Amino acid sequence: MNILESIRISFRALLANKLRSGLTMLGIIIGVAAVVALMAIGRGATRSVTSTVEGLGSNLISVSSARNVRQAGVGAQPTPLYYSDYQAIAKDTSNVIGIAPVYQTSAQVMYGANQSQFTITGVTPEFASINAYTIAQGRFINNSDNSAESRVVILGSQAATDLFSGLNPMGRDITINGINFTVIGVLASKGSTGFFSQDEVILIPLETGYSRLFGGRALENSKRILSSISLSATNPNAVSSVISQVEYILRRNHGLTLHDTLPFSVSSQNQFLSTLNAISTTLTTFLAAIAGISLFVGGIGIMNIMLVSVRERTREIGLRKAVGARRSAILMQFLVETVTMSLFGGVIGILLGAGIAGIVTLTGLITTYVSLDVILYSFFFAALVGLFFGIYPAYQAASLRPIEALRYE
Amino acid sequence: MIELENVTKMYRMGQSKVLALDGINLHIQAGEMAAIMGPSGSGKSTLMAILGCLDVPTQGVYRLEGKPVEKLNDNQLAQVRSRKVGFVFQQFNLLPRTSALENVMLPLLYDGVHGKARTEKAKAALEIVGLADRIHHRPNQLSGGEQQRVAIARALVNDPTILLADEPTGNLDTKTGEEIIGLFQKLHEEHGQTVVYVTHDAFIARHTQRIIRLVDGKIISDVPVAHPLSAGTPRPEEAVAE
Repeated sequence: MNILESIRISFRALLANKLRSGLTMLGIIIGVAAVVALMAIGRGATRSVTSTVEGLGSNLISVSSARNVRQAGVGAQPTPLYYSDYQAIAKDTSNVIGIAPVYQTSAQVMYGANQSQFTITGVTPEFASINAYTIAQGRFINNSDNSAESRVVILGSQAATDLFSGLNPMGRDITINGINFTVIGVLASKGSTGFFSQDEVILIPLETGYSRLFGGRALENSKRILSSISLSATNPNAVSSVISQVEYILRRNHGLTLHDTLPFSVSSQNQFLSTLNAISTTLTTFLAAIAGISLFVGGIGIMNIMLVSVRERTREIGLRKAVGARRSAILMQFLVETVTMSLFGGVIGILLGAGIAGIVTLTGLITTYVSLDVILYSFFFAALVGLFFGIYPAYQAASLRPIEALRYE
Repeated sequence: MIELENVTKMYRMGQSKVLALDGINLHIQAGEMAAIMGPSGSGKSTLMAILGCLDVPTQGVYRLEGKPVEKLNDNQLAQVRSRKVGFVFQQFNLLPRTSALENVMLPLLYDGVHGKARTEKAKAALEIVGLADRIHHRPNQLSGGEQQRVAIARALVNDPTILLADEPTGNLDTKTGEEIIGLFQKLHEEHGQTVVYVTHDAFIARHTQRIIRLVDGKIISDVPVAHPLSAGTPRPEEAVAE
């Protein structure tokens, strides 16, 4: 008797009692749906976070003072990052495409009736390319803006909307802490959903900031300081070399030996990204494992029902054997029944899980991501569960002795 | 054609051993119609099980069409069951929620007969038992007599050497029972089918050519019936249960 016949017989048996078959599959359906949905949510969250970080610009290295990053050990001086550090780094570091020094402060920004506290960032022309910003309207800050200390400002897309409520900001004046600045450009949206919105930026020329806006806060020991410096390495492989060079220059400039703790943080986005990925993957796997437990329980449920089913159909099994069914035929019949239920449950579970993931995306919390490998794994495991938990009941059925089975009440 | 030589069957029931059959010697020729009678516990069901290859003797030889079957393994016995033996039970034992046609096709399924051949054979068997117009009915749509006829068709479908029936009329009223016995007789007379059935009813037993009596696992008598009754003969007044 071939497989096709077995499948037909099994289908017949399953359809004969749809309610029971359905309830039996429920465990598998829920288990698989849970795995698919949770992994879609986990993967989706991972993706959105990593794309946020990637949106900040790849091959990017950030240098900042340890007092901002709370990295310095005991005894380390709260050392500021000087503008002269930037100049030294810019001069002496190789394998660098661009370098962008940045000073940030908070200020009151106003246009007409709209006013709000914003973070104002003083930048140089390379800022846009290094941080992967593109200009949507107008132009970015250039060298003459800096040398002339012009009162010009670039708005991020969200900042523009916040201040101008849909009006075109180009050429208009806003006040920053009471000082007039003319809008000469608007940035394209980076569309990041994540830790911090990059579309809320307000950029002015660094020199303008030092001379007109930042005041005494931007000075320490009478020297200009920076919030951070960003460098863009030529390629991913050059990143670690650039980091070493920068650390060396900083040590040299601040009179530190190799053994002193560096009171600065010099790190690449790549490092951050891979840490993020590792954490995310661990969490997602953990979630999936938990969901996998429910799949296991679903399998136990199938086994229970099949054992009951075998017992109920003892007479039927005896009869089949009496008219010529071999052990293998009975074994095959029941195994196919179980695997059919678990595969069917698996398919429904996958659809349900994908549906749940879709709903979560619609709520806007997280954009979920249902990947093909999760679907295949779930399908495979559903089949495996069916096979594993189906063997014992099938074996019980096949081992029944015909005469005793026929006499069963 | 059926030869049992010194067949013994021993069961273990819990701690004790039960000797169900004790040195049975029995020959049944092709084309015979016989009845097996005996009180409860005489071993008649065990004998039927062994004849039907549902069980094997503890000792002794069972030759079916000249070939010994007592040493066959499970799979080989299953094959014999699908091809050589047709079994009819007291409780019909049809698959519920399955049509008559599919019930009858079951032995063919396990014998590897496919497609059209399978359907044709099953229809033919149902015609012989007079149910050609009920082939798609399910057991719960059939009367007791009709269900037993489906069971008989199932037993016949693969053209078995021997048709065995264990108390085939036990769950039927007397009139329907007579009809079933009449069907057995028709199969025997018109198709030359070898038929053996177990009954506790002497009146039913007298519709055969030969009555074999068992007591305590031994054959105590094995006599031909002088004038076999034909189905439809009215029953005598006295109760005839042994």
